[in-house]
Parts: sequence; C-alpha cells; structure tokens
Amino acid sequence: MTDFTLLTTAALTAIVLVAAALLIARLLAPRSFNPQKGEPYECGVPTRGISWGQFHSGYYLYAILFLVFDIETVFLFPWAAVVERVGTLGLVSISFFIVVLILGLAYAWRKGALAWK
Amino acid sequence: MEQSFLDYYSLEPLTRWIHDALCGVMSEDWAVFLESLVIGVAILLAYAVLAVVLIYMERRVCGAFQCRIGPNRVGGKGGLLQVPADVLKILTKEIIRLKNSDHVLYELAPYLVILASVLSFSCLPWNKGMAVIDLEVGVFFVLAASSIGILGILLAGWSSNSKYTAIGAVRSGAMLVSYELSLGICVLTVVILSGTMSISGIVESQADGWNIFKGHIVTLIAFVVYLISGNAEANRGPFDLAEAEQELTAGYHTEYSGMHFGFFYLAEYLNLFITSGIATTLFLGGWMPLHVAGLDGFNAVMDYIPGIVWFLGKTFFVVFLLMWIRWTYPRLRIDQVLNLEWKYLMPLSLLLMLVMAVLKTCGLVF
Repeated sequence: MTDFTLLTTAALTAIVLVAAALLIARLLAPRSFNPQKGEPYECGVPTRGISWGQFHSGYYLYAILFLVFDIETVFLFPWAAVVERVGTLGLVSISFFIVVLILGLAYAWRKGALAWK
Repeated sequence: MEQSFLDYYSLEPLTRWIHDALCGVMSEDWAVFLESLVIGVAILLAYAVLAVVLIYMERRVCGAFQCRIGPNRVGGKGGLLQVPADVLKILTKEIIRLKNSDHVLYELAPYLVILASVLSFSCLPWNKGMAVIDLEVGVFFVLAASSIGILGILLAGWSSNSKYTAIGAVRSGAMLVSYELSLGICVLTVVILSGTMSISGIVESQADGWNIFKGHIVTLIAFVVYLISGNAEANRGPFDLAEAEQELTAGYHTEYSGMHFGFFYLAEYLNLFITSGIATTLFLGGWMPLHVAGLDGFNAVMDYIPGIVWFLGKTFFVVFLLMWIRWTYPRLRIDQVLNLEWKYLMPLSLLLMLVMAVLKTCGLVF
C-alpha cells in the first residue's frame, strides 16, 4: 500500500466517523422547535449587537510573530535531518540564520510587542 | 543479537502475507480496497476505545486528586460503564441549530478537529511495523496535521456568533499557535539527534538507549519543554483558559450541543493521548524496551515484553503525568501564558536546539 492510499484512508475514516455519529444522533435525538433555542448562550441574557466585532489587537501581533517563526521551523527541518553530513559549514550557516531570527525576536521584545497591553 | 527478538513481534511479515494472500484471490485494487477498509475500522475502534479509557481514567485520577471516589455507580464496582453510558446519552441529545450562526463553518468545524486528531493518531508507532502511516517526514507531518485542529477551533468559535465563543477562539488560537513553536523546536532537537524525520526511524535509532538518556541533559530539558507545550497544545491543564469555565462557560464550543459537542470532547482526549504518544516516540524510545548497559539478563527479560505493551505503558505514564499537572496547577492568565512561551520556552528551546546541533556536529552524543 502506498503512503497516499493510507493517508486517504485515515482522512476518510475521520470524515466517516463524524458523519456516521451525526447521522446516528439525528436518528436518535428528539427535535423540537422553539425560537428561544436558536439564541446564542450568554448567561441567559438576550445578546446585544453582533459578536463578529473587533477583538484585542494583541492577538494580531502574536499571529504575525508566529508566522515568522513557524516558517523558520519549516526551513530548519531539512537541515536537522542531515546535521552530521553537512558538518561544521552547515552548522555555521544555520547559526547565522538562527541568530538573525533571534535578533528579530529581540527587536520585537524591545519594541514591546511581547507585552500584553 | 537483541534486535532479532524484537523482530519476532513485528507485524510486517504478517501484513505482507495477508496482502499476498488477498492478491492471490482477487485483483490488487480490490485487495488494497479491502485492506483500507480493515485499517479504517481498526483506526475507528482504537480511537473510540482509547477515548472511553482516557475519559474514565481522567475522572478516576481527578477524583483521587480531589480526595473523592469518582464514578462508582454505573456498571458495578468502579463505575466501569459510566463513560459508555455517557456516550449513549450524548447521542440521544438534540443538536440545536443556531439562528444567527454561519451554518457552513459551524458544521465544518467538528470535521476539521476530528480530521486533525485522526491523521496524527494514525502516525503513532504502536509496534514494529504497526504504524498506519509511516512517512519519511513523519514527525513533520504530525505537526502539520495537528495544526489543522487550530483551524477547527477558530472556526468553531467564530462561526457560532456568540461573544463567549469568539473570545475563547481568539485566546485559544493565540495560545495554540504560540506553543506550536517551542513544540516544533523540541521536535527539531530530537530530529537532529536521530538524524531522521521518519517516526519508525526515530524509534529504531533509540535501540541502543532512549533519547532522553542519550542526549545528555539537553534532551531531558527538551522533554520537559515538550510536555509543557504539548499540554498547552492539547488545551488542557493550567492552559485551559480557552474554556475557562468561570468566565467563558465552555469557551469555543459553548454553542455546540449533543454529539457536536462530543466531537470536541473526543478530540481533546485523543490529543492528550497523541501528545503523550509522540513524547514517548521522541524521548522515551517508542516501543523499544528498557535496556541497562551491562545487565544482559535483565535486557533479555525486557525483550520478551511485546513492543505494544512498552508503547502503551510509557504513553499512559506520560498521560498520567499530564493529568497530574492538570489537577494540581491553577489556570494561567492569557498574558502569563504568552509570556511563558515567548520569553522563556521559545528562547530556551532555540538554545537547546543549537547546543544539540553543536554536540551532534562534534560527535559528542552516543
């Protein structure tokens, strides 16, 4: 069996699991209509305004920082598998890359991007 | 020498024999289809059984830590049937359709959460030749697959159109993406040590000693950092601020009811198991038995224990550790959580990775 077949099998299993359980629940569970039921749950108090509004900009900063460092991890993985073969030259080159990124983190830290305001 | 006995428990000859036998009576496409069906059913069974076991274990462990008994009424002594009864109950609960939600995304979110957890679940190495998916880029694939779950959580919170779920989702999103970094870098440390990304390759490379013993103090610290960030990735323990009951009811899945809610609950427990399973694979030798250098008799006895027992034993040990942490520490605040990751864990794991790279390049590891 190829890797692709197995991957597809696992993915289909997940989808079948959700679909089948939902089908069983639809068959077993009672259904009744009540306009109050469709309201969002907010401690029983009717909700005011819409909830798709603005949120704290701190989350946005972390998301941007995450992008930088996640891509970094992706670049480091191929090197990590061959550390021994690329030797000292590889280590020096990758240290340069990592030091630049650490400088980036230090800059963000210094600028206060990591402080929750 | 020792390897020959471990091969005895390998399932590879069996699967190859079954494949050849099936190809004898039908075309190869049908054989592959039939095998896929069997594998799918096996994944489903293992997934469901483990969920029941983990939920029961969590409730008993939680009871013990809080000086009470835990479930003990349903199903005779020890409340063994409590969780199956709960599953039946949740199946018979109405699935409520929200009025103002984004229905497509709302229905899609449980699929994504379960998809992420089943995909990474099928990468676990149960025994020699018993992993469903064994890619060359194994651990990288696990990291990639498990981040689909973050998308599901964000969608669940956003599409419900409720303030609690929206706050829970952005909190959870910020926390999960942050802790993914130190998690990924700890995995990198092990990849450097083992020299391969394949999960079976990492386990094989620990035949002469588990990574936690092989990498001097570095892998030991990396193991601790992995456990902390893995705990955060599983949305548990002191990091469950996404569903802080006192302030957000249930966080991102407040608006889900019945079986819809069940999927998030299921995925949470299986993610706990997957985190522990990957920790076992990376640091505690996967299905490799414990060997002590010099004690040949002891090592031979350890080899008699099948790999799957070793794997499950170590994994449940790590699961117990994580439950212990969950029921011992108070919940953190969002700024404390993000500080811990960005100012402590991430620089620390980067340092660990660099030290490990230097050690490996100079040939200072065993």
